Amino acid sequence: VSALFWYVGLIPDLATMRDRAKTRVRQVAYGIFALGWRGSVRQWHHYEAAYLLLAALATPLVLSVHSVVSMDFAVSVLPGWHTTVFPPYFVAGAIFSGFAMVLTLMVICRKAFGLDHIITMRHFDLMAKIMLVTGTMVGYAYATEFFVAMYSGNPFESFTFLNRATGPFAWSYWIMVSCNVLVPQVFWLKRFRQSIPVMFVVSLLVNVGMWFERFTIIVTSLHRDFLPSNWSYYKPTIFDYSVIVGSFGFFFMWFLLFCRFFPAISIAEVKSVLWTAKKNAAAPAARTEETVHA
Amino acid sequence: MRNPFAKRPEPSRGVLALYEDPDTLLRAAALAKEHGFAEMDAYTPYPVHGLSEALGVRQSWVPYVTLVMGLTGAALGLTFEIWTSAVDWPINVGGKPYVSLPAFIPIMFECGVLLGGTMTLAALLLACGLPNLKKPILDRDLTNDRFGLWVPEMGPDWNEARILQVLKSTGPSDLRVVRV
Repeated sequence: VSALFWYVGLIPDLATMRDRAKTRVRQVAYGIFALGWRGSVRQWHHYEAAYLLLAALATPLVLSVHSVVSMDFAVSVLPGWHTTVFPPYFVAGAIFSGFAMVLTLMVICRKAFGLDHIITMRHFDLMAKIMLVTGTMVGYAYATEFFVAMYSGNPFESFTFLNRATGPFAWSYWIMVSCNVLVPQVFWLKRFRQSIPVMFVVSLLVNVGMWFERFTIIVTSLHRDFLPSNWSYYKPTIFDYSVIVGSFGFFFMWFLLFCRFFPAISIAEVKSVLWTAKKNAAAPAARTEETVHA
Repeated sequence: MRNPFAKRPEPSRGVLALYEDPDTLLRAAALAKEHGFAEMDAYTPYPVHGLSEALGVRQSWVPYVTLVMGLTGAALGLTFEIWTSAVDWPINVGGKPYVSLPAFIPIMFECGVLLGGTMTLAALLLACGLPNLKKPILDRDLTNDRFGLWVPEMGPDWNEARILQVLKSTGPSDLRVVRV
């Protein structure tokens, strides 16, 4: 459904690319993917209804996907995984790391394509605020999880959490806490929400922190379970490293190919605000009336 | 609701008026509607609000498809879950009821979203007559920066001279008869 939403959003822009194509090959290639879109009033009419509905269907998927994944952990008996706080914790973490990743890519894209007039500082400011909120929610979840483990009186639970914070993988736990909870707190200050370099560095650190969150959850719970004879220290093998390098490569391959061949910013959506903006600039007195009309 | 499968008659020519901005197009569409031109269409690079009202386009039926198909998907998901866990191979898990609705909700939801979403796309394509790679492109600027009003040849009372005269008064940047 996410892929459908993404593709439907591209159709009118693909038609624009088709009609602006300078070579026959491009015209045919974009034409096939544009499916013969003409932009007639009836097409737009159905399109707007369908696009809104797909958005409405895709939004709750964010919640369901991450809460179901988190319940896969929670139904196990392993201390550190067997927690009821997991669904909201994972959803907040997903939004948090999603925004961080988008911010990282956006900074690069904006710089590379000169999109400063379209992706404005206001967008960055709002994204920074969301990261501050979700980062703090994630921090709250860390605290709740720790408190409940201690308060439960279950020796396995409290051992697991003390082991996370002070055991052999303490470095990973504290990278997670500092990158995800402490670092985003700089966004309380407007000065940092207006600075691209600060936001870029913070978003990178959050990406690192969220990676370590998954590492901490998975590895520290598994490396010392109920039987001390099972205890060991996790060391990634060459295959583990290959998987992570390969997945980065796979992602960036598609991302860069997309940026090269498709519009990185929705053309039709930007155009639709251009005319209103132009009118408002031309006649500031008539502004309120026009805005109501639009 | 019009039958979406019904074949519309394909006109062989029509008058195309191009405008520089959406407001002029909206005014022209209203005027043309007053003159009673039939089966008009407008082509714009982005959705222009008020245009479908001006041309009298009926409300989209796509949302009904989403609703019905979403509910059907959820019902099918639920039926399948009940069948697998209570009918075909009942397993007693810790004394829980075979038909344990709370546990079935995520799958019901996912099935509803899946069927609702894919069928919304199918309905959209059907409603827009897509994919249709053969339909001629009236003007390449229509997906770019021009707003077009299209009055196709419909029936014997189609009067080219009158249409041209009416549309000329609306101030188009380009006005021509297109054969398709």
